[in-house]
Amino acid sequence: MAHDTLYAHPEAPAPEPGARRAGALWRALFTRWDTWVVIVLAVVVVGAGASVDGFAGPRNTQFLLMDIVAIALIALPMTLIVITGEIDLSVASTLGLCSAVMGQLWVAGLPLELIVVLVVVLGAVLGVVNGVFVTKFGLPSLAVTIGTLAAYRGLSFVVLGDQAVADFPRQWTDAASSTIGGSPVPWSVLIAVVLAVAFAVVLHWTPFGRSLYAMGNNAEAATFAGVSVNRAKFWLFVASGAVAGLAGVYWTLRYASARADNGSGLELAVVAAVLLGGVSIFGGRGTLLGVLAGVLLLGSLRNALQLADVPADTLNVVTGALLITSVVVPNVVGMARSWLRQRRHQRG
Amino acid sequence: MSLRNSAFRRSLRIGVIATALTAVLATAACGGTTRGGQDGAGDATGQATGQADPNAPIKEGLKIAFLPKQVNNPYFTVSDNGGKTAVEELKGEYKEVGPSEANASSQVSYINTLSQQGTDVIVTSANDPNAICGALNDARKAGAKVVTFDSDTKPECRDAFVNQVTAEGIAENQVKLISEQIGGAGKIAVLSATPNATNQNAWIELMKKELTKPEYSKIELVTTAYGNDDDQKSFQETQGLLRSYPDLKGIISPTTVGVAAAARYLSGSEFKGKVALTGLGTPNQMRAFVKDGTVKAFALWSPADLGYLAAHVGASLASGRITGAEGEKFTAGKLGDYTIGKDGTIVLGPPTVFDASNIDQFDF
Repeated sequence: MAHDTLYAHPEAPAPEPGARRAGALWRALFTRWDTWVVIVLAVVVVGAGASVDGFAGPRNTQFLLMDIVAIALIALPMTLIVITGEIDLSVASTLGLCSAVMGQLWVAGLPLELIVVLVVVLGAVLGVVNGVFVTKFGLPSLAVTIGTLAAYRGLSFVVLGDQAVADFPRQWTDAASSTIGGSPVPWSVLIAVVLAVAFAVVLHWTPFGRSLYAMGNNAEAATFAGVSVNRAKFWLFVASGAVAGLAGVYWTLRYASARADNGSGLELAVVAAVLLGGVSIFGGRGTLLGVLAGVLLLGSLRNALQLADVPADTLNVVTGALLITSVVVPNVVGMARSWLRQRRHQRG
Repeated sequence: MSLRNSAFRRSLRIGVIATALTAVLATAACGGTTRGGQDGAGDATGQATGQADPNAPIKEGLKIAFLPKQVNNPYFTVSDNGGKTAVEELKGEYKEVGPSEANASSQVSYINTLSQQGTDVIVTSANDPNAICGALNDARKAGAKVVTFDSDTKPECRDAFVNQVTAEGIAENQVKLISEQIGGAGKIAVLSATPNATNQNAWIELMKKELTKPEYSKIELVTTAYGNDDDQKSFQETQGLLRSYPDLKGIISPTTVGVAAAARYLSGSEFKGKVALTGLGTPNQMRAFVKDGTVKAFALWSPADLGYLAAHVGASLASGRITGAEGEKFTAGKLGDYTIGKDGTIVLGPPTVFDASNIDQFDF
């Protein structure tokens, strides 16, 4: 999986038609990280279904899906951001601040329809702040968004204190956890799927999307190739903020409670899922399909372990270990490959 | 260049369209839902139905799970262990699960898990009175009995609530303790948590009411200081109180952080043994100050008894002995007889008073 060119090297969404033999195609498929994530996901789901009481079945599926919707939503723009070599750690705090503001606006008597729009716009504005610091002042996104992680969370406590606003109308809160027809799939999943398709199209089937890989591999080279790196990154941070705002709306309605501490710590789950899904923390590599599989894998694993009575602290250790594994393994594989190649070269 | 630009413009356009779509979608359901415009009231009060049979035997093998606000929190470790004792006495299966951080959303995921596991009784302390409601009612629909303790949810989301103490109970207790220690006359002050701490404010109001009783007519409450539940700030505020009111006779600090900080200041000052201090504190925090004579007596409920009682309530609910209706009576092992009050609330009892004679029997 080590990428050996410096220039745009998008993970081709579709192989060139008829150009490869079937064997090569299979080999290409199985050397891809995201293929393995999907396989591991299948193994975990089947394994947990067979061995963990209560894992299989529509009720648990519904619980599981509702728990990961917010993570899945935020992971979409995060994927694009990490592919460009940046990161947005402020997402969970953005969610919290949007939730707190949503509560205050509701108390102030604004109609909920308007509040939803305002809150998403607020999320976008918070993203603008990140974007400006990263692209206009050229600061590292890691530092900027750790700063706004703290600042936005602090602000949300300024807005709402330790109070909760909980008197949202029943139709809205029920809608947030209602399922499609008689299926165990919550409506909110549909929103995530629609957005996922939109992000996948942008990432994999537009020149803009392909230019993101170029930036992640080598921003300077991408600039010389005519890609406006800063502008693209700026808008990605805005998108990230807006989606986090939307996730804040969902979170508030799902738990029927606007609170300043909503979603705290969620950024860890999002980043873990994105990296687990095969996006390189160094940028330039990754697919949305892999990330969605990563989100599902992380969610299923947590759910199964919880059902198996594994304590919360151990669960956090598992999440952390998976995060590190997904960073380390591709690097080790890459190093092993280049070592093998070198040896072959020396022999030949 | 032009290609990149047009590509970029196209993606911009997509962004604008997407934003517009979101706005349209959001306003589609229009009609303008505002606060108070229509209410979510008229909730089915999930209160228990059916008849209680006070003589029904406690079922054996009940799966009783404790879900505290947070695991590895010393207070809940003690209360849950109290619950464990009760569950073992009742021959049930005890389990403690919970999030490592005290937030409502992770409690929801644990409630769902417990419900999925077919737990008979969920005993929980709510991080948010509303956020875990839906999940608790789902679990009840699936057959679980829900008991809240320490921190309640909305009444329609649980079968019973075990309250550690009533606000009146605390006010009465605190005023009585300080009166005994200052000989029934003199100036006193309150060292509270934050100015907007709901519990403390309610207790202080009730203390003021209590002080209007004739037996306390010679006691004057001069001021309330706020230590913000911060050790250092509480320490400084105590110092400030004694400087502003040199003739102060006593301090009530109804918060565990405040009372410990005040005791630390007093024990190292000239006022040690001269200015009385009482409040709500834990025996482990206060032991040294009781032994060195700074503090004569203070109070708190016993977290272990709280958990013990909550487990008994859960088992009685699951066995059909009680339904959570007002007026039902039941026995909770070593704690004796209880009667269910309004809204399915059961009060543990008056706070436990700790002094030199009994403090060594407690470890929390």
